[in-house]
Amino acid sequence: MKVLVCVKQTFDTEAKIELKGGVISDAGINLIINPYDEVAVEGGIQLKEKGVATEVVVISAGSDKAMDAIRTALAMGADRGILVKQDTAADEYARAVALAAAIKAENPDLVLAGHVAADDGSSQVPTRIAEILGLPHVNVMTSVEIAGGKATCTCEADGGTAVIEVALPAVISSQVSWNEPRYPSMKGIMAAKKKPVATVDAVAVENKVKIVEFALPAAKTAGIKIEDEADVCAAKLADWMKNTVKVEVK
Amino acid sequence: MAGTWVFVEQKDGNIRKVTFEMLSELKKGGDEVSAVVFGKGVEGLAPALAAAGADKVLVADDDLFAAYNTGAYVAQMVAMIKEFSPNAVLFAHSFNGRDMASRLAQKLDAGLATDAVAAEISAGKGFFTRAIYAGKALAKVEVTGSPVLATIRPGVWEVGSTAGAGEVVKVAIAATAADVYQVAKSFIPTVSARPDLSEAAVVVSGGRGCKGPEGIKLVEQLADLLGAAVGGSRASIDSGWLGHELQVGQTGKVVLPNLYVACGISGAIQHLAGMSSSKFIAAINTDTEAPIFNVSDFGVVADLFKVIPILCSELKK
Repeated sequence: MKVLVCVKQTFDTEAKIELKGGVISDAGINLIINPYDEVAVEGGIQLKEKGVATEVVVISAGSDKAMDAIRTALAMGADRGILVKQDTAADEYARAVALAAAIKAENPDLVLAGHVAADDGSSQVPTRIAEILGLPHVNVMTSVEIAGGKATCTCEADGGTAVIEVALPAVISSQVSWNEPRYPSMKGIMAAKKKPVATVDAVAVENKVKIVEFALPAAKTAGIKIEDEADVCAAKLADWMKNTVKVEVK
Repeated sequence: MAGTWVFVEQKDGNIRKVTFEMLSELKKGGDEVSAVVFGKGVEGLAPALAAAGADKVLVADDDLFAAYNTGAYVAQMVAMIKEFSPNAVLFAHSFNGRDMASRLAQKLDAGLATDAVAAEISAGKGFFTRAIYAGKALAKVEVTGSPVLATIRPGVWEVGSTAGAGEVVKVAIAATAADVYQVAKSFIPTVSARPDLSEAAVVVSGGRGCKGPEGIKLVEQLADLLGAAVGGSRASIDSGWLGHELQVGQTGKVVLPNLYVACGISGAIQHLAGMSSSKFIAAINTDTEAPIFNVSDFGVVADLFKVIPILCSELKK
């Protein structure tokens, strides 16, 4: 079974966001694999280690810089990579179209991705890829069993946990609780340098969503801070909750 | 028909609050607002939807829609959009809402603004403000299309007195069993008397300073007294004191309550991204230098193990 894992290169989640000339500045920002996608990479590698998958291919749409994200996934244990060269300003639609075209050429049995990207927070691309490819999809999977040409997914759902079964091939987006991604070993990093990465150009399509402007949220300012005995602190905090916030006490 | 549609988030006849928020906000804007409800035996929901602002309630009632499944829901929505041509269709930014809206948008070859915190909609065009980098920045985006599609974050709008006529329109069922590609094997509801984290008016969160399940128990006691949801920073999730679904922050949930109480949370940038838009923030932490105090309206430099029990008894007075 061939598994394709979609990864997006994003800012480190510790990054402070600043605007420069009206756009978000990437100066001095450490770039990482989107933490949600990193879990999907780990999941793909574990499927291979369990003998369920035979090959794990990692694919990313982005600039040349995204090669680092691919190499990191290869160092973790993926077999080979595909870089779909695309302007990082591509929207969810354009990204999905570009990725789906490259994925189609690979004809995988399973497509994995994180359910959301830590930068744009859109949660659209995996589902859009499934629609383009005419495949079933499942989102926010926390564990999966693969057998008999089917994937049985346990998923985080509104108000509970759902177990959903789909026939393969399918697109499955995962939640971070699926697994704990490994750190690449030195051996893995060395091996990754020799693993093949193909580069293809993105299918050229227009964005559907136009960014009008970026802004930073109004900075929250510190209010009252008290340092005193616990009973004094508790009484003042209770008073603030009752009279300023006007909480309802059950 | 035109007008704006709100897709109703309901499970077993219980409508999620975000649905009322969307209906009410759109009704204030003066456009014709329709609530679109899919399910089995859901016509009875019409009065509640009308009370929040629905001029019309479009009902697709069929066994096929008894529980959410992407294939049948999207097929039905596509058919209805073709028949009625709404200006815009808004969904809740819930798991189901984003799932359905994403697949629908791609089927229509359309753009979609997910997790919007503000909206201005006109014919064929919508401007939406989206929180990106988990709220560290905002992007205003323009979505053109017919209809304009977006998912709206729960809690950004208030439910006002905005009743609509609530005229029930039963629509033809266009989806068939062949549209279903996900087989629902089981659903286990979260057994919690507490409100949903993403919709709660009050959230009480515990972090590293809770030191273990004993500290979390205090957080839960305070939460229950306030009718609050319980959340946690990454430290308490990674330590296994709280379930992953309760993580607040950049790799967890973004919350927007009226009051957020951070107990033993230092306030790493990833955590602040998930909660600093809360209306009121209180923090209890022994470290006077903790960054959480920079965003707190009321900070208490003290030991949560001592403060919370007294706070609970003071609140009960």
